[in-house]
Amino acid sequence: MERLYLIATIADQPVAIRAELVESVVDIGAISPVPLAPPHVAGLAALRSKVLTIVCCERALGLAPRPRTRSRIVVVDIDGHHYGLLVGTIEDARVIEADPQPIRVRLEPGWARVSLGMLEYEGETLLLLDPERIVAGCDEPLAA
Amino acid sequence: MDDLLSEFIAETRETLEALSGEIIAWEADPDDRARLDAIFRFVHTVKGSCGFLDLPRFERLSHAAEDVLSELRAGARRADAGLVSAVLAVIDRIAELTEALESGETLPDGDDALLIAALAQDQAAGPATAQAVSVAANAGPRAPTRSIRVPLELLDRIMSGVSDMVLARNELARRLREMGAETEVGGAFERLSACVAEMRDAITRTRMQRIEKLFSALPRMVRDTSAELGKPVDLEIIGSDVELDREMIELIRDPLTHMIRNSIDHGIEPRDERRRLGKPESGRLCISARQSGNQIVIEIADDGRGIDEARVVAKAVAAGVISQDMADALPPAARAALVFAPGLSTAERVTAISGRGVGMDVVKSNIERIGGTIELDNRPRAGLRTIIRVPLTLTIIAALTVSAGGLSFAVPRGAIEEIVQMSSAMIRVDAVGNARIATIRGRAMPLVDLETVLGMGPVESQQGRTIIVVRAAAACSYALCVAAVHDHEELVIKPASPAIMATGVYAGKSLPDSGVPMLLLDVAGIAARAGVAGEDQATLLPAEEPVAEGPQTVSGLLFRDLAGTVRAIRLAVVERLEDVPAEQIRFTAGQMRVAIGEKLLPLAGFEGEPRGSAVKLLRLSDGAAEIAYAIDEVIDIVALPPIAQRAERAGPVAGVVLVAGEQVELLDPFWLFAELDRDPGSPTKPLCLLADRDDRWTREILRPLVEAAGYRVALAGDVAAEAADVIVAAEAEIDVARPIVRLTPDRSRADGNQIYRYDRAGLLAAIERSTARRA
Repeated sequence: MERLYLIATIADQPVAIRAELVESVVDIGAISPVPLAPPHVAGLAALRSKVLTIVCCERALGLAPRPRTRSRIVVVDIDGHHYGLLVGTIEDARVIEADPQPIRVRLEPGWARVSLGMLEYEGETLLLLDPERIVAGCDEPLAA
Repeated sequence: MDDLLSEFIAETRETLEALSGEIIAWEADPDDRARLDAIFRFVHTVKGSCGFLDLPRFERLSHAAEDVLSELRAGARRADAGLVSAVLAVIDRIAELTEALESGETLPDGDDALLIAALAQDQAAGPATAQAVSVAANAGPRAPTRSIRVPLELLDRIMSGVSDMVLARNELARRLREMGAETEVGGAFERLSACVAEMRDAITRTRMQRIEKLFSALPRMVRDTSAELGKPVDLEIIGSDVELDREMIELIRDPLTHMIRNSIDHGIEPRDERRRLGKPESGRLCISARQSGNQIVIEIADDGRGIDEARVVAKAVAAGVISQDMADALPPAARAALVFAPGLSTAERVTAISGRGVGMDVVKSNIERIGGTIELDNRPRAGLRTIIRVPLTLTIIAALTVSAGGLSFAVPRGAIEEIVQMSSAMIRVDAVGNARIATIRGRAMPLVDLETVLGMGPVESQQGRTIIVVRAAAACSYALCVAAVHDHEELVIKPASPAIMATGVYAGKSLPDSGVPMLLLDVAGIAARAGVAGEDQATLLPAEEPVAEGPQTVSGLLFRDLAGTVRAIRLAVVERLEDVPAEQIRFTAGQMRVAIGEKLLPLAGFEGEPRGSAVKLLRLSDGAAEIAYAIDEVIDIVALPPIAQRAERAGPVAGVVLVAGEQVELLDPFWLFAELDRDPGSPTKPLCLLADRDDRWTREILRPLVEAAGYRVALAGDVAAEAADVIVAAEAEIDVARPIVRLTPDRSRADGNQIYRYDRAGLLAAIERSTARRA
C-alpha cells in the first residue's frame, strides 16, 4: 500500500500523490464559485451528498491556470473536510518500489512548498506532492 | 478486553453525569431512599465491573463507598454533610480515574487511602462544606428508558445516507416529470417520497438531546460554588426535558456556567446582608428551559442585588466606553446591558469564581455566534433575570434562498426581520457619500448590496431587486439588497473548509435539494465587511458617526405630550429624560417652572393633566441654556424626514413631518428657547464672570463694583464659563472663547492687555467694551 501512487500532471509536470491519501478520482459537473475565497479555491461542487471544496492546483502553486476540457478531480479528505484537487491529466495508480529521494534541485517556491520528494518512474522524474500543503494555498501573490 | 474496557469507561462516565444531580438531592434529603439506592447501584456496578477488569484502585474506592452506603441503607448510619462530601470525593476520584484510563495516563496513587478514611464513621469535622444546596424535588427518580448507545460517526453516516437518498429522489422526480410517467408509477413514487421525508425527520431527531445532560451537572456546580463563597443557595431547575441539538448543548455550556457563577458570586448577597434586607437567608436561583418556536429559551433568575446600574454606568464612563451625556440619556435597561460592553467587569475585585478573565462581552459574543441572543431583566436590589435564546439546532436551519450575481446563497431565517420589494412605495433610498440608507416605514438603516460586499462587482440596475432586513446582532439591523428571493428551505448545514470560513462572510455550506452546493451567509460577518455599525455602537460612540446618521436623516424623539398629541423633537437638543414629582412644578413669576435639584428651569408643554404624581420631562439644551418640556411618554426614536408642511406662524411647532404615514408635529427648538429662556429679572444685563473665585479682593471689592455698574455677576464655577458675556480674571487660567478682561495688582505692569485693578474707569470701560462687542 505504501508504494502505491496516483500519477497525474499539474502544468505538464508529472506528479505523484500517495494513493492511500486519495479517496477517489471522479469527473464533476458544475463548480459553484465562492466569492471572496482565496484564488486557489475554485468553488464548491457536489459529489453525491458531499460538498467538495475544489482547489485549483495550478493557482495553489502560484502558476497561471490552464484551460481545461473536463473537470477531473482527485478527492482527498483533510481534517474532516473533503477537497477536490483539479489537476491536468490523471494517469493511473502505479506501484513504485524505490523510496522517494530528497529534492536536490532548486524548485520554484510554489513547487518547493508542496513537494515532499522525487520519484523515478519509467525514466521520468515525478514530484511527490503533499495534498495538505496544496490545499493550504499559496502565500505569495500569483506569479505574473 | 479493549472493548470491555471502553464499554466500562463510556458507561461509567454516562452514569456519573446522571448521578451528580441525584447525589445533591440526596444530601438535601438523606432519607430519600430512591436516590440513595441510585447512588448505591452506581458504586456497586463500578465495583462489579472493575473486579474482572483488574482495576484495583477502582475496586478499593468503590468497595469502601459501597460499604458506607449499605450501612446508610440499613439505617446504621445517617448521612450528614461531611459524609456526603466524602462520598462525593470518592465519586470524583472515580471520575478522574476513568478519564485517566481512557487517555492512557496513569493517575498518581496519591491519597486514595485518605478518601477512604474520610468515609469512616466518627470522622471528626469533615471538609468544611456546611452549606447545603437543596434541589427542588421535581425531578423525581428517573424512570429507566429504553435506549442504546450509538457512536456519533454512525449517526453522521446515516444522516449523509439519507441526504443522498433525498437527492436521488429529487433526480428521480425530475426524470419522472420529463417522461410523463403513468399514475401507478407516480403513486408509488409519492409513497417512497413520503417515507424518505419521514426518515429524514427521524434521523434529524436522533441528534437531539435532552438539556438534562447540561442541567444535571448544575446542582453539583452550584453546591460547590455556594460552599466556596459561604452563600447558601436554593436551586430550582425547570424544563430538563427540553430537547436540543447535542452540539448546541456543548456550545451553551460555558456561557451558562459563567452566568450562574456570576449570579452566585455577584448577585446573591452574603447571608448577613440578606438577613438585614429581610430576604430569606438562602439565595434563590432558578434555571429554566423551554421551547419557543424554533428557539430554546434559557432563563437564569436570582433574587440577589441585581446590577448596580449607576456603578456600571460610572465604570463604562471611566473606561471610555460611553460618554457621560450619552450615559445620562440611556434608558435603565440599556444601562444594565452595558455590562456586555467589552473591557468592563463590574467586580471590584477579581474572585476565584467569576474573575476568570472571561468578561460578559465574551459570553454575549459566544451566544451571538451561534445565532442566539442574551438579554437582562434587571431589578436593582431585587434580582437579575438573564434570558438566553438559542436556535434549536446548528445543523439544520430554516433558511431563505436568495440569488446575487448569478449565485444562490442561503440566509438564516432567524436573522430576517422582513422582506420588501425594492420598488415598494414603503422604501426610500438616499445616498450618503458613497453609502446608501434605506428608509422603510420611517426606519432608516444602512443599505448594502450583497454583490458589492462579496466583491462581485457593482450592480447595474436596482430594478426588480429585493431588500431583506436582517438583524446581525441584537441591535444591528441593516438592509441587504439581493437580485431575487426564492424559497424557504430547511437546510442541513455543515462547516465549510477553513479557507472558505476564513473569508468571514459564510456560516457554513449546504447541499439543498437542487443538488447545487450553496453557502450560508453569516449576516454579522457581512455587516462587519460592509462596515455597518450596530445601533448600540452608534449610540455608544457618537464620535464615530455611523452611516445611519446621514445629513438626510436626523434622529428625532417621538413622544406623546400631555394633551395626547404625538409630537417629535430633534434628538440632539434632548439632553436627558427625567421623572420629577409634580409638586416640583409651579407657576412662578409669570412662567411654569420646574425645580430640579438646585436648578430652576422654565417649563413648556405643561398643557394637560399629568398622569400620576410624577411628570416626565425632556430636558432640552441649546448648549448653554436649559429648558424642560413636559411629556406623557416617549414613543420611539425615529429618523426625521424633511418637514412636509411648515407652520404658518412661528410658534412651538415648526411644522408637520410624516412618520410612518402619520402626521407628527415637529417642535421648534429655536422658538422654545427664545420664548422660555428669558430671565425676566434682568433681561438686558450682561453676565460678568469673575474667574478668581477664592480671591478675597475679587469677592469683596471687585464684585460690588461690577454689580453696582449694572452687570449680573457670577463667580467661576457657579455658571458655565461659556454662558458668560465677559470674564474678569487676575490669575486664573481661562480656556474658553469669551472676551476676557485681565487685571493686575501691579500698576507698573498695566498695558494694553492688563489693567491695573484699582483703575476704576479703565476697568469698567474694558468690561463695557467687551460686552458691547459681543452684543
